[in-house]
Order: sequence, then structure tokens, then C-alpha cells
Amino acid sequence: MEDRVVVTGLGICAPNGVTLNDFTNSLKKGISGISFQQKLKDLNFGCQVAGIPDINEGYINRYFTPLQLRGLNASGLVYGVIAGTDAWTDAGLTKAQEDEPDWDSGIIFGTGILGVDKFRESIHLVDAGNTRRLGSTSVIQTMASGISAYLGGILGSGNQVTTNSSACTTGTEGVIMAYDRIRSGKAKRILTGSCSDSGPYVWGGFDAMRILPRKYNDTPSNASRPLSASASGFVPGSGAGALVLESLTSAKKRGAKIYAEVLGGAINSGGQRGGGSMTAPNSLSVQRCIKLALKNSGIESKDIDAINGHLTATGKDPVEVLNWSLALGRSGLNFPFINSFKGIMGHGLAAAGSMECVGALLQFREEQIFGNVNIEDLHPEIEKLVDKSRIPLKTINFIPKTIAKASFGFGDVNACVIFSNFKD
Amino acid sequence: MKEEKYYQQLKGIVKPYLPEDISVDDISPDSHFINELNINSANLVDIVLDVEDAFEITLENDDMDEMQTVNDAMAIINKKRSSKEQ
Repeated sequence: MEDRVVVTGLGICAPNGVTLNDFTNSLKKGISGISFQQKLKDLNFGCQVAGIPDINEGYINRYFTPLQLRGLNASGLVYGVIAGTDAWTDAGLTKAQEDEPDWDSGIIFGTGILGVDKFRESIHLVDAGNTRRLGSTSVIQTMASGISAYLGGILGSGNQVTTNSSACTTGTEGVIMAYDRIRSGKAKRILTGSCSDSGPYVWGGFDAMRILPRKYNDTPSNASRPLSASASGFVPGSGAGALVLESLTSAKKRGAKIYAEVLGGAINSGGQRGGGSMTAPNSLSVQRCIKLALKNSGIESKDIDAINGHLTATGKDPVEVLNWSLALGRSGLNFPFINSFKGIMGHGLAAAGSMECVGALLQFREEQIFGNVNIEDLHPEIEKLVDKSRIPLKTINFIPKTIAKASFGFGDVNACVIFSNFKD
Repeated sequence: MKEEKYYQQLKGIVKPYLPEDISVDDISPDSHFINELNINSANLVDIVLDVEDAFEITLENDDMDEMQTVNDAMAIINKKRSSKEQ
């Protein structure tokens, strides 16, 4: 018989909090993690605000050995290791023994691109004819799977250790991949999550595409405006989120705390057809993904209490809300609560899905729906579809039973996962 | 005197690369970096770079191939330093 899958650990390294407590506090109170970045101004970026986790050297030293710290210049890797090891600890799990890995535990930890600053450093050395000076750290910090490899070594994981990559869908996709692997009996536990580097080399391309906001360089906390009429682009972010998914049998055997159950999910693509493109989603495919997630979870549309959207604060937010409305067949007062955490953390790109899954799951523990920020001017197209009361501007007390979380990414890819309040 | 100073300096360079079960006191002039000190072969490349930085010398490919033991490293360092100081 297929085992149920539950979430037993969470870890976070986000612009608006690098511990679960600070992160929760920020989500409850709407405290922004977005700040002005002098470096982006110096480099003539149109958008000079961004979300970067606030960590100092002392904090990093707790997670890495002195040897690992030598030549470490990969921010996403740092965020991923912090969030990943914290999630493992939060789940009450320990590192494997020195002589044998933990065969039942695996890692699916995604990223878009890893160690961009390290790669830049390497490029300068290679171009100067100094390749021999790269040392041994350049490959392991710039290979995409560097993050799962680091975590695998730290924890001693003996099951599948891999890195998935599907742009802004990465984190949510990873949760569903982990769910599938545990569900099929191939692993008892998977540490899943995703990370994304900070800095101009990651964000530059988006600035060039003119999809980042340019009018808020003096008012950073107002820059990210999901669902609002004045949304003018997404604020670039970075960080990592991590979740420990575990079979219910294993969780019970350990007496682990359970945040929520993963009921199921769906992953698909719009094939860059039917209105979909490299950068825009095929709406039909988004709707199919949501419907399929419900079906795979064995629930009906009416069971969804809350949605944590992708909602990046580009002009596409109304289209996303319409897709939810059509997929669920719900609108007006009958629409579930909906929120976007990007208003305070920016768009974490490959890290977005996992950081937001962590936030969505904390709503079960807190028995709240976290409020949205920067939507004094709700987009009129959205207001036509959804009653204002369903888009809380402040955190509200509400015990959610079922939450849907979706992420959509470049390449016309979609992922939707369904979490539910755990009941034995 | 100078050699002793170089030797202590080299031990300091090697120290962070030692696995947990080997201490800096286990290092002797005859120690083989990989077989006895259990240093990861990938990290030997980093030790070479650290040696270059610390002693302001450059190791050629042949030097790197020959650098198997602490003594090998000392010989290379002494040779390079003395030709530099002449």
C-alpha cells in the first residue's frame, strides 16, 4: 500500500528572515526584506532594489567547515546549505554516521544557476591564461548540482541526491518530485528545496528585459506590488527554502512533529503553444495543472481554503487569478483566500517556490492566512473576479484545511502542490 | 633557521586540509600527503596554490607531480626561494 507523505521539517534563508521565527514574524506583520542596492545603482541598473538574505560571516561559519569556507564565493550555495541543514535539524534528524550513509534519505534540491560570482572569478583567471590557479573549488561551486552535492555530503544521504531546474517552478516542482519518490516507496525521506544566487550577474538579464520595477529605487518596500493596479514588474530576490518530506510511517516511528500532509500535485508545460511562450504561460496548461493537482490529491475544488499564488507583480497577475478562478470554478465571495509573499521577499526566482512553500506551510502552524502588502490599489480586473475580502491586506486568524501552492516558470512550465492540515 | 620557519609555515598551510582524525602534530617531514595524511587529492591542488601565495613562488607542472611528501614540498620551496633571493 502506498504510504502517505508528510512535511516534518522546514528551513529558510530568505530576504525577510533567515530563521523560521524571523521569517514567520515578517510574514505575519508584512515586514519587507527588500532594500536598496548600491551595487545595482553603480552598475546603472534600472531596478536598484532587491531581496537578499541578511547573513554575516559569523552566521555562515556555523554551517561550513573552515576548509569549505576557503574560496567560497557562491551565495546560492550558502543559502541552500543554511536552509537545508536547518530543515534537517528542525525535523529532528541527525547526520549519518561516519562509516555508512543513510540509505533511506535523499536530496532533491534545485537551482537555476549556481555560483555565478565564483564562475565570474574563474572566467577572469582562465581568460588571463591562469587556469591552473582555479584550484579545486571552482567546479563544485559552479556545477548546478553543487547544492545537492554539498548537502548530501554534510548529511550523509545515501538515497537519490540530485538537483532539478525549471526556472521559477524549481522549488515547487522539487516538492512534487520528492512526494513521488517517497510515495513510490523508493525513499523514506527527501530533503527538498531550492536556492538562487544574489547579485547583478543573475539579475542583469531581467533588468535588460525591462520586467523589473524602476520607479521605486527610493522606496524599496513599495516596489513589489503583486495583485495591484500599479504593479510594474517583479523585484529580484534570492535565498533558499527547504522542506523535509517523509513517509507517514517513518514520521510516526520517529515521533516527529508534522507540519502538514502533502496530498499530491501536478507538473506540466504549455509547450509554448496556445498563447504560451518562453516567457508567458499557456493559460489552458496552467488550468490543467491546477485541476490535475486536485485530482491527484483526491480532493475537489471546494476543498481549497487558500491559495499561495505565483503572483510576481508583473502585468500577468490578473491572468493568473483568472486561471485559478476558471480552474477551480470559483469566484467572488466563493473564491479561496489568496496571497503572494513576493510583496515582502521579492521574486526569489529558482528559490521562490521553496521559500513560498515554507511560508504557505507555516500558515497551518500559525492558524493564520498571512496578509498581502502593497495592494491599496487592487487591480480592477482582479476585483471583478475575486471579492476583496478574499485578498487579506492584513494577516487574519483562520484555520486552513487545504492550501494550494503553484509556481510558473520561463519555458512555459507549471507546478501545483496541495498541502492539507494533517489528520491521522 | 629559515628552513624551520618554512616548515612551520607549510604545516600551517596543510592544517585546514587535514581530515578530522589527523592532527597537525601527525605531520612529519616524511609524511605522504595523500597516503598518510589522507588529504583529498583534489585539495592537494589547493595546497599548491596556498604554497605559491605564501612563499611568492610558482610551481611548474613537474613540481606538482613531484610533490608527494612534506619533504618534497620543502625541497621545492627551498629551491625556489633560494633562486628568488639570489
